[in-house]
Amino acid sequence: MPDITKHLQQQINEARNQGHKLAIVGAGSKQFMGRKINAEQLDVGGHSGIVDYQPLELVLTVRAGTPLSEIETALAEKNQMLSFEPPYFGDRSTIGGTLACNQSGPGRPWWSSVRDQVLGVNLINGKGEKLRFGGQVMKNVAGYDVSRTQAGAMGTLGVMTEISLKVLPRPAITMTLSRKMEHSEAIRFMNARAAEPKPLSGACWLDGTLYLRLSGAHSAVEATAKHWDIPVMADGDTFWQQLRNQQLEFFAGEQPLWRFSINSTAATPPLKGPWLLDWAGSQRWYRGDSEMATMEALAEKAGGQVSLYRGGDRTGEVMHHQQPALQAIQKRLKHSFDPDALFNPGRLYSWL
Amino acid sequence: MNTDSKPLNTAASKPGKTELAEMFRKFIDPQFVITDEETLKPYECDGLSVYCVMPLLVLLPETVEQVQQVMRLCHQYRIPVVARGAGTGLSAGAMPDAGGVVLSLAKFNRILHIDPLARSARLQSGVRNLAISEAAADYGLYYGPDPSSQIACTIGGNVGENSGGVHCLKYGLTTHNILSVEMVTVDGERVVIGSDGLDSCSMDLLALITGSEGLLGIITEVQVKLLPTPEIARVIMAGFGTVDEAGAAVGGIIAQGIIPAGLEMMDSHAIIAVEAFTGAGYPVEAAALLLCEVDGTKEEVQEHIEKAEALFRDFGATSIRTSKDDAERALLWKGRKNAFPAMGRISPDYYCMDGTIPRAHLGQVLNEMQDMSKRFGLRVANVFHAGDGNLHPLILFDANKEGELERAEAFGSDILELCVKVGGCITGEHGVGVEKIRQMPMQFTDPEIEQLNAVKSAFDPQGTLNPGKGVPTLRNCQEYRAINAKPQAPEVQHA
Ligand SMILES: Cc1cc2nc3c(=O)[nH]c(=O)nc-3n(C[C@H](O)[C@H](O)[C@H](O)COP(=O)(O)OP(=O)(O)OC[C@H]3O[C@@H](n4cnc5c(N)ncnc54)[C@H](O)[C@@H]3O)c2cc1C
Repeated sequence: MPDITKHLQQQINEARNQGHKLAIVGAGSKQFMGRKINAEQLDVGGHSGIVDYQPLELVLTVRAGTPLSEIETALAEKNQMLSFEPPYFGDRSTIGGTLACNQSGPGRPWWSSVRDQVLGVNLINGKGEKLRFGGQVMKNVAGYDVSRTQAGAMGTLGVMTEISLKVLPRPAITMTLSRKMEHSEAIRFMNARAAEPKPLSGACWLDGTLYLRLSGAHSAVEATAKHWDIPVMADGDTFWQQLRNQQLEFFAGEQPLWRFSINSTAATPPLKGPWLLDWAGSQRWYRGDSEMATMEALAEKAGGQVSLYRGGDRTGEVMHHQQPALQAIQKRLKHSFDPDALFNPGRLYSWL
Repeated sequence: MNTDSKPLNTAASKPGKTELAEMFRKFIDPQFVITDEETLKPYECDGLSVYCVMPLLVLLPETVEQVQQVMRLCHQYRIPVVARGAGTGLSAGAMPDAGGVVLSLAKFNRILHIDPLARSARLQSGVRNLAISEAAADYGLYYGPDPSSQIACTIGGNVGENSGGVHCLKYGLTTHNILSVEMVTVDGERVVIGSDGLDSCSMDLLALITGSEGLLGIITEVQVKLLPTPEIARVIMAGFGTVDEAGAAVGGIIAQGIIPAGLEMMDSHAIIAVEAFTGAGYPVEAAALLLCEVDGTKEEVQEHIEKAEALFRDFGATSIRTSKDDAERALLWKGRKNAFPAMGRISPDYYCMDGTIPRAHLGQVLNEMQDMSKRFGLRVANVFHAGDGNLHPLILFDANKEGELERAEAFGSDILELCVKVGGCITGEHGVGVEKIRQMPMQFTDPEIEQLNAVKSAFDPQGTLNPGKGVPTLRNCQEYRAINAKPQAPEVQHA
C-alpha cells in the first residue's frame, strides 16, 4: 500500500481553503460511537501497512489505517500480541480508530491499554502540517506526551498517519476459571483476587456467573488454578473472544448501551436492567433507557464517568461532561491543533 | 538568567519583593514565605547543580486553597511560578526563575488514603516515592515506578518528569501507574484530571500532564495504582566478553517471551568503578554486565530463571551468579543502585546523560561514544536500562579545571545528537528542563515546536508556569541549531 500522507495533507488544505469540515474515517466501524456529525469524509483506511516491526525491541510501527487483523497476524508469527486486546467491530477495524476511541479489551487492567502502549504518533494537524511526537523507543519524555493525548480524542485533534506501539509476548498458556456467584459478592471477590500476586489477566461477571482468566507460564497458571480451587471452564477462550468483540448475547439488540468507567470496588448503581462487569469491576456495561444526567450522577457516586456507548439519543451529549475549567482548556487545545475546527466537529462533545 | 523566558509585563502595578512577601504572608504562615538570602540558597538549583538561579521568594503553602491563592496572585501580576518537589531532578526543571517564586510542595506530605481492595492510594503531591510502597507494604502491595532517587523524590516530581526506574520494562513509567491528579491551574482553578476508573472520556489530559515539568499546572494530589507484591524475585548477574554479546542476550531473553522485572546493563568502566565502591562481587574482568531480575509466583520464577541462565550461557556469558535469597539479591543490585555515587569516587564531578536508543544500535552507540571520549579527552562510563533502551552515559570531569565543564556539556550534546540519529530521543526519564532545551531542535522540527508551545498556551496563556523550561521558543530554536554546530556554555551562572 502506498504512503498517502501527502494526499491527506492536500485534502486537509483543500477543506481548509473551502471552509469544509472533515469526518475522519478509519473503516467506519465505530460510527455508532460518539455523536452524529455532518461533514465530508476523510478516508484514512487507504493509508495502511506495517512500516517497521522489531520483535526483539517489542516495537511496532504501522500506518494508522492498518486493519487490526493484519497487525495481529504479523505479531502472531513472532509469538507476540497487541496486549490491549483491541475489540474488533467487524474485520476491518483499524489501529487509528482503536487509538482514537481508546478501545481496549478484557486484559486491560493487567496488560495495559492501547493508550499505555503508544510510543509515538505522526499526526497531520488542522494546518495541514505533518508532525511527529514520541518515537519508537519505550522511554521518551522530550516534549509533552501528545501521542497518548490522542487516546479518546476521537480524531478531534488531527489525523493520525502513523502509530508506534509497544507489543508483548503471548503468554505460554491461558486458562479460564468459572463459577456461579452473586453480583455484589463477585465485585469483592474479583478485586480480592486482583490484589494477589497471581497471573490474573481477566475478571468478568455476567448473569450470575464469574469468569477469571489466568495467563502466563504453565507452572504459574496451573498452581494458581489449584490454589484458588475454582472449576476450569472448557473453551474459555471463546468467552473472552466474544467479550472482547462485544459478540456476547448481552451486547445484542437495540437497547442503549452505557459504559461506566468507575472505581472497581464501587457498588453497582441501582438500575433495573442487565449489567456486565469487566476489568474486575472497573468497566461496567449497562443496557437500558436513561438520561445522561441521571447516569452521570450515578457514575460520579461510583468514583468515575459514564458514556452512552451505543444507541439512545445521539444528538445530545454522549460523553461524561467536563468540569468548566477543563472544558475551557480542551477548547483551547482543540484550537491549538485545529484552528479552523476542521476535524470531526461536535463528534466528541457538542462544544468541541 | 535563562534565555527563554517571555518578557514580563512590567506594569507599574507589579509589586516588589517585600510588598509581594507581605501579600503572601496574609494567607501563608509567615515563616513559610522565605525571603532571606541564606534560607533561599538551598532552592537555587535541583539535582543538576551546575545550573543555579536565586529566586525572588520561596513559598511553602500547606493547603490547596493557599496554592490557589498563590496562583491567583501570581497570575494577576504575571509572576513566574516554579513548582518544586524534592529538587532531585537532573535537568534543572525545578531551577528557580530570578523574577519569580518557587512553590515548594514540601508540606504536602500526607498519604490521604490507601484502598487495599481497589489497589490504589491517594497522596498529596509532596509524598516521597518510597513512602508509598512502605505504607502499602502492610497490604501486600507496592507502587511500581522506582527511580533510584526514590528515598527523596516526590510523587508530584515523578508526575512532573514521568519518571521511571529499574522496573519499568515490566511495570511501566509513572504515566502507566496513575489514575488521577488534582491540579491547580495557572489562574487558580482546582481541577481533577482522571478518576477512580482506568480511563476517562475525551482526549487524555492525564497523559499530557504527566511529564509536563511543571509547565501546565501545579499538582497537589495524585492517585496511584498499587500492585500486588510478587511472591518472589530473583536476579541473575551475568558477565560478557563484549557489549554486543550482552546486547544480543537481552534480545534473546525477550525472544523467549520473558519480560524481566528489571534488565540493566553496565559497561566495563562502570563495573570497575562500582565494584571498587560497593564490593558487591561484580566481575571486573567483564566488558559488560547484565542484571536480569525475574519476579512472579514461585513456580514461574523458577521456570524463567532456569531458561534465562541457559540462554545467557548460550549467548556467551563468562560468569553467571543468581541470587539465592533477598539479601543476595539486594547485594547484587547494590552496585547498580550506587552507580552514580560510585562515579563521584573516581572523579570530582560527573555529568549524567539520559538518551534513549533502539537497543539494536547499542554496540554502535557505545563505540562511537568511546571515540568521542578520546576526542573530548574525558572518560565516560555507561549504565543502561537495557530492557527499554534508556542509556545513562556518565561523563567524568573536573569542574575546577578550566574548560572541562564546557567540554563535558559539548560531549553530552554530541551523545544526544547520536541518540536521535539512530532513532532514539534526547531524554528517556530525566526531562528537558533547562539542560536539554538546546537539544530540543535536534528532535523536533519548527512546526512541532510551535505545536508544543501552543499546547502550553492552552493551559498557560501568559507563560508564567516554569518559564524557559521544557520547550524552546521558535526564535531560540534557530539560534540553538546554529550554536549546536559549535558548542558553547549556556548563559546561566555556573556554581
Ligand atoms: C541520584 C539520583 C538518581 C535518580 N534516578 C532516577 C531514576 O532512576 N529514574 C528517573 O526517572 N529519575 C531519576 N532521577 C531524577 C529525579 O529524581 C526524578 O526526576 C524525580 O521524579 C524528581 O522528583 P522531585 O520531587 O525531586 O522533583 P523536582 O526535581 O523538585 O521537580 C522536577 C520537575 O517537576 C516539576 N514539579 C515538581 N513537583 C511538581 C508539582 N507538584 N506540580 C507540578 N510540577 C511539579 C518541577 O517544576 C520540575 O520541573 C534521579 C535523580 C538523582 C539525584
